[in-house]
Amino acid sequence: MDLFPNFHSPIARATNALMDDLIINYGDAFEAVSNAVLGVLLLVEQALRAVPPGVMIVLIGLLAYAAGRRVVFALASAAGTWLIGALGMWDAAMQTLAIILVSVGISVVAGLPLGMLAASSAHVRRVLMPVLDLMQTIPSFVYLIPAAMLFGLGKVPAIMATVIYAIPPLIRLTDLGIREVDAAVVEASRAFGATRMQILRSVQIPLSLPTIMQGINQTTMMALSMVVIASMIGARGVGEQVLLGLQRNDSGQGLVGGITIVILAVVIDRITQAYGRRLQRHRAGA
Amino acid sequence: MALIELDHVTTIFGRDDKAALAKVKAGMGKVELLEQTGHTLGLHDVSMDIEAGEIFVVMGLSGSGKSTLVRHINRLIDPTGGEVRIDGENILALSPKALIDLRRRRIAMVFQRFGLLPHRRVLDNIAYGLEIRGVARKEREATARDWLGRVGLEGYEASYPGALSGGMQQRVGLARALASDTDIILMDEAFSALDPLIRSELQDELVRLQRATGKTVVFITHDLDEALRLADRIAILKDGQLVQLGTPNDILLRPADAYVEAFVRDVNRARALTVDTLKQPPALRITEETIAEALAVMRQTRTEVGYVIEDGRYTGVVTRASLEEAGASTATAASLSEPQPGIAADMPIETALPTLLDAQHPVAIVNGSGELTGIVHQKDVSDVLNPGRGAVAPPEDERPAT
Repeated sequence: MDLFPNFHSPIARATNALMDDLIINYGDAFEAVSNAVLGVLLLVEQALRAVPPGVMIVLIGLLAYAAGRRVVFALASAAGTWLIGALGMWDAAMQTLAIILVSVGISVVAGLPLGMLAASSAHVRRVLMPVLDLMQTIPSFVYLIPAAMLFGLGKVPAIMATVIYAIPPLIRLTDLGIREVDAAVVEASRAFGATRMQILRSVQIPLSLPTIMQGINQTTMMALSMVVIASMIGARGVGEQVLLGLQRNDSGQGLVGGITIVILAVVIDRITQAYGRRLQRHRAGA
Repeated sequence: MALIELDHVTTIFGRDDKAALAKVKAGMGKVELLEQTGHTLGLHDVSMDIEAGEIFVVMGLSGSGKSTLVRHINRLIDPTGGEVRIDGENILALSPKALIDLRRRRIAMVFQRFGLLPHRRVLDNIAYGLEIRGVARKEREATARDWLGRVGLEGYEASYPGALSGGMQQRVGLARALASDTDIILMDEAFSALDPLIRSELQDELVRLQRATGKTVVFITHDLDEALRLADRIAILKDGQLVQLGTPNDILLRPADAYVEAFVRDVNRARALTVDTLKQPPALRITEETIAEALAVMRQTRTEVGYVIEDGRYTGVVTRASLEEAGASTATAASLSEPQPGIAADMPIETALPTLLDAQHPVAIVNGSGELTGIVHQKDVSDVLNPGRGAVAPPEDERPAT
């Protein structure tokens, strides 16, 4: 008798059959979702590209100042943005930024409620956490294939794959943030007759906001790290430039793309972090 | 009917509390229950009535179940067995909506660790109960501003709680509870986290506000001195069971068992007991009409002193010696009366002590309108302050211990 029964074929066959089934029976639904996401993405992309670069640089500087209230920090952010243009990557960066914004937007819309649900129910958490582990550990190519099959090649599957990869930290940190809220404050809120929604709105969300902001920051960083992989299924942008460098054995091109990603990451990271810190100012007793 | 009634309340913490309840009803004790089933017996068959308008103190050491008990009244924790009634209605049967309404309109709470919202200004914290209830911003802020002043926090409305001292934070907590305009206020170790000076300040403040508003206060503490200082009545819990319920004087003078006795041993009795506990009926009242017979009565009853009443008010004492000297026929109360100050029944003995020690004769107890209601014999003072040295006759006009 063979020590290893053949699990390979049945799993592969079942998965392929499931995919075929999904495409045949629910193809229209997936296409509708795909079109909706694409519509939003194009809107964001057009908006970003419609802004003249000079104005965008000033806007980024102002946003950085609003988040951190420090002039040096604002100037550095604006300078970084300018450098992207100087590297000849402006359009690609705007395309990438659009993908990141939409991915993070979807992650927030889906991740916040899931995190809150996990915080309120041990059962939900027990089911959700292994799924999140899986989403973070499974190689992204594994779900890039079905994503491309369901949503077609291009930007939408790239966004879907990015969301799958980037959403876990947001869910985890939302859950953690809400569970870490001082139980005494939650109890006081209950004692005064707050409903669950009122507790969430007036106590749990505001008090966990710094942690949730950390989650959004993490999710954004992970989304950025997906741009190269996403470009393999046809998402345009900075990732594509890096991929081209790889395919043409052009190290210089790859480096320029890499630097652009790093600048984007640093600017977005610092702005969201600075905002998260300002949310905590009451803790110092202002 | 009492305002709040706990009726055979038993509370068990653990997975299968109903099954554990059956075991407790069959006679299993706290220790056995924990060893055999892993369930904790929080409260065991506790019944008590809390009257409207009183400060009712629940006292016990940690683990006695007192914090659990107070949370049954607004159902932050539900008991396993028994009933909790407010105005005769079993609140354990309330729908979720009715329960929320009960918490919003009838019961406010003050917490040991304040439970303030750290991200909101003091004024918004005080207005929180009203906000939850849906009161419009303008109105709730006006109410909150009023209470801010009444607890002595003017000028701090825009501060965040983190910037205030513990005592000030608890003033915010107190104002938040009072601003909610409920008739019941639960206070869970509300002053325990504060240093002694601030604590006694807030105790006085609480009594003052309670007298002014007539609210019913259920106050939880582990500190007997605090209980004695605040309480109209005290319930003492031990290991989840009610050991004694009575007035502060009851608890001090007639401890129900050795546990309570050990508790009260170190209490400053002169501060905790009132003059009322020493009250004896006045021996002899003398008016202008009766002074002629006074000497005869004194001789007959072997008393040395009479208390002079003019127009219904106590004015001083007349001694047998002075009567004999003056001669019964010519004496007038006004000429023989020696002034001797009276004391009030609700004074702590400590406060009355100088008067008691200065006086030559037993001291008159006088009520608010100057009427003589009783007297205090100096020899009783030492008896009541040192209970080991002699029994004290129980005062007559007190509610019996339950």
